[in-house]
Amino acid sequence: MLMLRKFARDVPAVIGLVIVLFALVVAIFGPWLAPYPGDIVASHLLQRLKPPSAAFPFGTDNLGRDMLSRVILGTRGALEVAVTVVVLAMAIGVPLGLVAGYRAGWLSETIMRVTDVFLALPQLILALALAQLLTPSLESAMLALALTYWPFFTRLVYAETRRLQASLFVDALRGIGASSGRILFAHILPNAISPVIVRATIGMGFTILVAAVLGFLGMGATPPAPDWGLTISESRNYLPSAWWYSTFPGLAILVTVLGFNLLGDGLRDFVDPRLRRSR
Amino acid sequence: MLRFVLRRVLYALPSLFGLLMVTFLLVRIVPADPAAVLAGDNATPQQIAAIRHQYGFDRPLTEQLALYLNQVMRFDFGESQYSHRAVGFDLRQRLPATLELTLAALVIATVLGIPLGVVAGVFHNRWPDFVVRVLSITGIAIASFWIAIMLQLLFAMQLGWLPLRGEMSSGIDPPPVVTHSLILDSLFAGRWDVFGDALRHLVLPAVTLSLGGLATITRFTRAGVLETLQKDFVLYERAVGYPKRRLIWVYVLRNSVIAAVTQIGLLFGSFIAGAVVVESIFDWPGIGNYTVQAILTADYKVMLAATLLIGLVYTLVNILTDLVHAWLDPRLWEQP
Repeated sequence: MLMLRKFARDVPAVIGLVIVLFALVVAIFGPWLAPYPGDIVASHLLQRLKPPSAAFPFGTDNLGRDMLSRVILGTRGALEVAVTVVVLAMAIGVPLGLVAGYRAGWLSETIMRVTDVFLALPQLILALALAQLLTPSLESAMLALALTYWPFFTRLVYAETRRLQASLFVDALRGIGASSGRILFAHILPNAISPVIVRATIGMGFTILVAAVLGFLGMGATPPAPDWGLTISESRNYLPSAWWYSTFPGLAILVTVLGFNLLGDGLRDFVDPRLRRSR
Repeated sequence: MLRFVLRRVLYALPSLFGLLMVTFLLVRIVPADPAAVLAGDNATPQQIAAIRHQYGFDRPLTEQLALYLNQVMRFDFGESQYSHRAVGFDLRQRLPATLELTLAALVIATVLGIPLGVVAGVFHNRWPDFVVRVLSITGIAIASFWIAIMLQLLFAMQLGWLPLRGEMSSGIDPPPVVTHSLILDSLFAGRWDVFGDALRHLVLPAVTLSLGGLATITRFTRAGVLETLQKDFVLYERAVGYPKRRLIWVYVLRNSVIAAVTQIGLLFGSFIAGAVVVESIFDWPGIGNYTVQAILTADYKVMLAATLLIGLVYTLVNILTDLVHAWLDPRLWEQP
C-alpha cells in the first residue's frame, strides 16, 4: 500500500499510466468505440475531405472515411506492433544477457562484442535496410525492429547478471548444488527483471515511433489499414487544405508515446530509488 | 593522454570490423535471393544466373568477403542500378549537404538546450522548470516526420515565411561548386543572395531534426545543474556574496555540462540517422534522402554503401565524443 501511495504522488507517472490504460482500452474495444467501425475499407466519395464537424470530430479523409474512427482503429495495430517487437526483442536479448553475464569466457565475449556492434549502428537505418531485404510487409517490419532492438536488453541484463552472480545468495545456491539453468532463470532473472520492465515500457513508446516511420515510408502496413504512419504519408497529397487529415494521427502517436515514456520514467524511480530523478 | 587516445581508437576497431561484417552479411543472409530481386520480376533463370555471377554471389563466402573488403578500402561500391553513376561518387557529393543539416541542428539544439536546462535547474520546481520539463518530454515523444509536415503546413504553406522544400529556390544561378555545401560555396563566391536563400531553406529541416536532441540536451543540463548546485563550493561562494549570475553561468555551468557534452556527441550520430527521414520530407539533397530512395527501390549497392558510411560516421563521432569528454574531464585518463 505504501508503495502504491508513493507511486500515486508521482503526478507525471500517473498521467502516463492513465494514457497507457486509455490506449489499451481503445485498442481492445476500438471496433465498438469507433463511430463508423466500417471505415477501415469503406469509402464515401460524397463526403470526402470534410473538415472537423459534429458528425466527424476529426474530419474525413480523401475517401470520405471518418478520421476519428480510423485513428481509434489504428491504436490496436500500433500497440500490437509495439508489444510484438518488444517481446521478441526481450526473448532474444534477455537470455543472451544472462548467459553472457553469468560466466566470463569466449562465449560471453562473443555475445557482448556482437551486441556492441549492433548498439554502434543507427537502429532506424538498419531496420529499414533489413525490412527491405526481407521483402516489405508489416511482418518484415516487426521482425526487423525486433532484430535491431534486442541489444538494448542484452546490455542491461548483462550488467545486472554480472552484479548478481558475485553475490552471496548465488554462492549459497552453487554450494547446495543448484544447476546453472536454475540459478539463472529462477534466481538471477527475477532479481534483474525490474530494469528490464522499465526498459520495455520506454521501448514500447520508442517502437511505436520507429514503426510509424516505417509505415510512413511505406515499409510497414499496407492500405487500407488505418495505420497512423501510413495515414500521415497518404495525407501529404491533400495539404494544405485538409490539415486535419495529417494532424490527428500524429497527435495520436504523440500522446501514446508520451504515455509510455512518462510511465517508464515513473517506474524507473519507483523500482530503483538509487536512480531517483533529481527534483 | 596519448595512451588514452590510442586505446580508445583501438577499442573502435572491433566495432568497425563488425560494421563491415554486418553490412556484408545483411544481403547474403536473408532468405530472399538478391540476384532474383536485382533481375526483376520477369527475369529468366539464365538472366538471374548471369546477375549472380556478375555480382559474385556464386563464389564462396570467404572470397566474396575479401572482394568486399577490397572494394571498401578503395571506396569503390560499384554503380547505382538506377542512376548508373558510381555510388562512391554520389555519396561524396551528397555528404556535405547532410553534414550542413546535422551541424545546423546540433547548433540549434545546443544553443537553446543548455540555457533552457540551466533555467530549469535554477528555477527548480517552479513554473519555468515545469514548462521546460513538459516541452522536453514532448520533444522526445514527437514523430519527426509528423512535426516536419506540421511545420511545412504552418510556416511554408499557410504563412509563406519559409520555403517548403529543397536546398535552393529555382531560378537562382548556383555559385561555382567547391565543397558541395551550398552555404560554404555561396560564401566563397561572395554570393550573399544565394547564402540568404540557402539559410532560409535550412531553417525548417534543421529545426525539425534538432527537436529530439534539444530535449535530451535540456534534460541532461538540468540534471547536471541540479547536482552542481548541491556542491560545497556553490554554498561557499553564495555565502561570501559572489555575484549570482556569474556564479551560475560560469562556474556552475562549467561543472554541469560534461554529461551534456557527451550527449551532444551521441546526438550527432542519431541526427545523421534521423536525417534519413527529415531529408526525404524536405527533399534535401543529402545522403539520407539518397539512402531512403535506395532502400525503397531496393538499390542494393547504394543501400549497403550508405549504411556503411552512416555507420562509419556514427562510430567515428562516438570516438571523438569520448576524446572530448576525456579532455573536459582529465580524471578519465587514469582509468585502466
